[in-house]
Amino acid sequence: MIRLQNAEHRYNAQTVINLPEIELNEGESLLILGQSGSGKSTLLNVLGGLLRPSSGVLTIGDTEIYSLSESARDAFRGRHIGIIFQTNHLVDSLSVRDNLRLAQYLSGLKQDDRKIDAVLSDLDLTEKKNSGVNELSEGQKQRVGIARAVINEPKVILADEPTSSLDDVRCEQVVNLLKQQASAHNATLIVSTHDQRVKNHFKNLINLDQLTISD
Amino acid sequence: MNLLKLSYAYLKRRALNTFLNVLLLAFGIGTVTILLLFSYQMEENLYNNAQGIDVVVGAKGSPIQLILSGIFHADSPTGNIRLSEAKELMNHRMVRTAIPLALGDNYKGYRIVGTTQHYPDHYGVSVSEGMMWDHEFEVVVGADVAMRENLRIGDVILSSHGLSEGGATHHDHELIVVGIFEKSGTVLDRLILTAVETMWGLHTYNVAEAESDHADDHNHNHSHSHDHHDHDHGTDDGHHHSHGREISPDSYLSSEFDNEEITALLVKYTSPLGAAQFPRFVNTQTSMQAAAPAYEITRLLNILGVGLDAIQIFGYILIFAAILGIFIALLNSMKERKYDLAIMRTLGASRYKLFTHIILEGVIIALLGSLLGILLGHAAVEGIGVWMTQAQQFTISGYVIAPGELYLIILAVAVGIVAAFIPAIQAYRTEISQTLSKI
Repeated sequence: MIRLQNAEHRYNAQTVINLPEIELNEGESLLILGQSGSGKSTLLNVLGGLLRPSSGVLTIGDTEIYSLSESARDAFRGRHIGIIFQTNHLVDSLSVRDNLRLAQYLSGLKQDDRKIDAVLSDLDLTEKKNSGVNELSEGQKQRVGIARAVINEPKVILADEPTSSLDDVRCEQVVNLLKQQASAHNATLIVSTHDQRVKNHFKNLINLDQLTISD
Repeated sequence: MNLLKLSYAYLKRRALNTFLNVLLLAFGIGTVTILLLFSYQMEENLYNNAQGIDVVVGAKGSPIQLILSGIFHADSPTGNIRLSEAKELMNHRMVRTAIPLALGDNYKGYRIVGTTQHYPDHYGVSVSEGMMWDHEFEVVVGADVAMRENLRIGDVILSSHGLSEGGATHHDHELIVVGIFEKSGTVLDRLILTAVETMWGLHTYNVAEAESDHADDHNHNHSHSHDHHDHDHGTDDGHHHSHGREISPDSYLSSEFDNEEITALLVKYTSPLGAAQFPRFVNTQTSMQAAAPAYEITRLLNILGVGLDAIQIFGYILIFAAILGIFIALLNSMKERKYDLAIMRTLGASRYKLFTHIILEGVIIALLGSLLGILLGHAAVEGIGVWMTQAQQFTISGYVIAPGELYLIILAVAVGIVAAFIPAIQAYRTEISQTLSKI
């Protein structure tokens, strides 16, 4: 369960986000829609424990995230939150499998190659597991990014603009893949995008263009 | 996966850059290693060979030259001293032992030293094959001489005049090898020892030969054209003996030799008080000089030390350049890796972990550089050692570990940490949301 209450974040005297409450249970999903500058990336950073909001409380499970010390918050994030970025930024000096091993290592969890093989198989990447990141196509890189986000079976999966540069077919595939992985791990899925094509895939939606107050 | 593997993977990605930094550091560390090994072994060599010798007495001249020629056989002697004068010193109340040395001849560049059996005894070196000389013109050769010149018991060698190869050969008197010393790591390894009387005998015959050659208009047949050859001087007891007279430890002190000369005396005092009185007595009351090895070696090392210091400074400049190289490489890599670092933070890496990750990269380069440098240093010293052995100089080896080498590795690790510190601080300060918002 993830709950964000009374969240407000100001930047240079400008209110970037102002939300009374977001609450999602395990297995539920949410789409945060908004144009550039609407504050959706900021909101995602707050939900990922990456950016302390000016005010508000974020709770994941029983843990109040911003009451943790920074290093405890890092450890919590590594263990319970999976984040997928628009640009995947995989470590290109490592192989596909080592990128996933790195995610396991940095989260402090036991390194488990069988789990890695299973996730890569789910995402149709088995043949690429020993390949260097630079040998992958953009689509394959995105799937490795998703694999990295789910490898530690997080409680929450956050995806920032996962479909913005994709054609309709690939957009459909990626959204389905995200929902399928979240469902497989019984995780809460939150997608933030300006891509209107994604709207129909989500029951829960926040349109920041209507909520955000800009001075 | 762990931080070490991760750091190594990043270094591998910048393979050329990493290699050049490792190489630069290796050159610096290698230079300092060569100096450490060289000065350590030179000091060991000098002090070991001079151990137990309180003072060297010889002809007046440079005291360092007297020490170098008398103890290390590495320079020309300052001249000769009369045996009659030397005998007076041997009986001085401050003198416990005095070992005579008569120089002047060589075999293929290896010095032939006329002395007594006390000389090998002083170094605790015994004969490993054959026996000690007991006749004139019998020699016992050092282990290195025997090995390199393939000398065996019973071989006959012809000595040449002078201390280096190329002098006139004493054709009329052959020297017979009766023994080979064990390998000792001392100066004896590269010497040929014989009785003092042999040296006097060689030179007496040399004069006779020169006169005879002149009279015969150089017409006699040089039958011994080989450098050395087997020559059976075997007797019924199975030993090889020369045709010279029999030698006893003190036979050279007989009054019939009073007009002969020797080159130096290696003296040990009866008491430490000798150091205060004996050299002054010799230097002021006789035509000879006395030089103390301990003092002269220190002086020599100080003189050499200036040159070594200059090379050492060069080594440290290379190490400093390597610090800069590692620092610049890591700093540049921080720009291209800031997103990677931010992503690692999102994956759970703490600031400390990122700091350690970058420091490790500096330490890996430093360790590789220092190990390669130490290896190169040892290889270079071994190469120099082989060359010096061929040149019959001091023996140095690359298979020796100098005490300071551990500090070199510690220094290198410190270099790695210093070079990586500022980039590591940058990694520590990585702000996830700010960095990722710029993607």
